Amino acid sequence: MGFDFQVIVDSLPFLWKGFQYTVQLTATAAVGGLFFGTLLAMARLSSFKPLAMLAAGYVNLMRSIPLVLVLFWFFFLMPLVLQGITGAERPPPIGAERTAIITFILFEAAYFCEIMRAGIQSIARGQVHAAYALGLNYWQAMGNVILPQAFRNMVPVLLTQTIILFQDTSLVYVISATDFLGAASKIAQRDSRLVEMYLFVAVVYFVLCYLLSWLVKGLQRRIAVIR
Amino acid sequence: MAMIEIRDVSKWYGAFQVLKDCTTKVEKGEVVVVCGPSGSGKSTLIKTVNGLEAFQKGEILVNGIPVHDPRTNLSKLRAGVGMVFQHFELFPHLTVRQNLALAQVKVLKRAKDEADARGVRYLERVGLAAHADKFPGQLSGGQQQRVAIARALSMDPICMLFDEPTSALDPEMINEVLDVMVELAKEGMTMMVVTHEMGFARKVAHRVIFMDHGQIVEDAAKDDFFGTPRSDRAQQFLAKILHH
Ligand SMILES: Nc1ncnc2c1ncn2[C@@H]1O[C@H](COP(=O)(O)OP(=O)(O)OP(=O)(O)O)[C@@H](O)[C@H]1O
Ligand SMILES: [Mg+2]
Repeated sequence: MGFDFQVIVDSLPFLWKGFQYTVQLTATAAVGGLFFGTLLAMARLSSFKPLAMLAAGYVNLMRSIPLVLVLFWFFFLMPLVLQGITGAERPPPIGAERTAIITFILFEAAYFCEIMRAGIQSIARGQVHAAYALGLNYWQAMGNVILPQAFRNMVPVLLTQTIILFQDTSLVYVISATDFLGAASKIAQRDSRLVEMYLFVAVVYFVLCYLLSWLVKGLQRRIAVIR
Repeated sequence: MAMIEIRDVSKWYGAFQVLKDCTTKVEKGEVVVVCGPSGSGKSTLIKTVNGLEAFQKGEILVNGIPVHDPRTNLSKLRAGVGMVFQHFELFPHLTVRQNLALAQVKVLKRAKDEADARGVRYLERVGLAAHADKFPGQLSGGQQQRVAIARALSMDPICMLFDEPTSALDPEMINEVLDVMVELAKEGMTMMVVTHEMGFARKVAHRVIFMDHGQIVEDAAKDDFFGTPRSDRAQQFLAKILHH
């Protein structure tokens, strides 16, 4: 049984669906993670100590446990918790796709938090003073002066993190969500075409991630010139 | 009522006392120059006036409003007090036009067009209307500082604070900024100016304050100050900066 290229061609529509899901999950988790991560970063830098400590505790927790474990928590344990709270007869299932989105947003928020925190700290104190001196309040100064600059300084790092996230989303196969890898896996098992499928998936991941990294590097160079 | 009233203000960084019982005032329309050696607390003092730096003891009133009172709406107070910094602090990600309009729109709730028109008017005043659509990074230091002054003025401030506005500038750009400040002073703007430009002080200041080690050592009318400053330290300081 040699390498059969036709197997890949035939399964493209199904793989394409999985790929779309992967991209969708990556995009949602990146946007959600960036949003909550930025809020977390602001909390970590808050002068209100309990808030700063709470945020730091969350980030350290998320960064100290394997992602798979968080996926399992939500998939298997959260329904039990919800059952306990609502008093339902059976544990209400959260579903693989919802679990995946919640988990990745929560998990990525911790990583994006650290990136945005570094970004905020990279803005000179004088900029904060200038914003306040003009009468802007905390949220206005953050939204119009500090975060836009912090975000711009961090774009290459944020994109690099997103590329890692793009690869990490393949972990959802453990809760049987059909992402790109999951789709390939299903065909591989069904048709016993492990070589074709796993090679093809690897090539696609490699080409995409390599290309994106290369773009980020170019971007980094351009930003360095502007500054 | 004085425009700025500073009473017995003390501030500590841990055990280190930066400000020691500072008391002075700036009357409406008055120009007060603050000078003193590096590290004497000039920046700290001027930043307490609009609450950018907190202080542990004493009180400061701006136009009668207590800065130290936690119930005071500090944002509102600051919107009416213009401030110009040593390093300009224009927002680098916004154009000159956007720098001028931002706080007018967000804080004073002016319509965009109105804010823009006002901004451009002040840009004309400082001779930079042609640069409205550039980014700060495309301007020289002197031009950036003039934009910063225009940005402060576009908020219609009741008084202006300057923290060493020319000390980060190349010598050939100092005068273009000082000229704008002299003009402002002559129009009757209330100004508190940390600077070592004694030419500026001679020309427009009403009073000169000399600080050392967190203390106001000398607080005198301009002519008295340049005539016979009473403290040795002020005399030594003057001799040093007037020599170069
Ligand atoms: N955040 C801080 N923590 C501890 N000490 C500080 C802090 N900020 C300033 N200081 C100290 O307070 C003193 C006064 O500082 P300040 O910046 O007000 O001086 P200055 O008179 O403006 O000096 P310069 O002419 O160098 O601008 C200095 O000794 C400085 O080291
Ligand atoms: Mg200073």
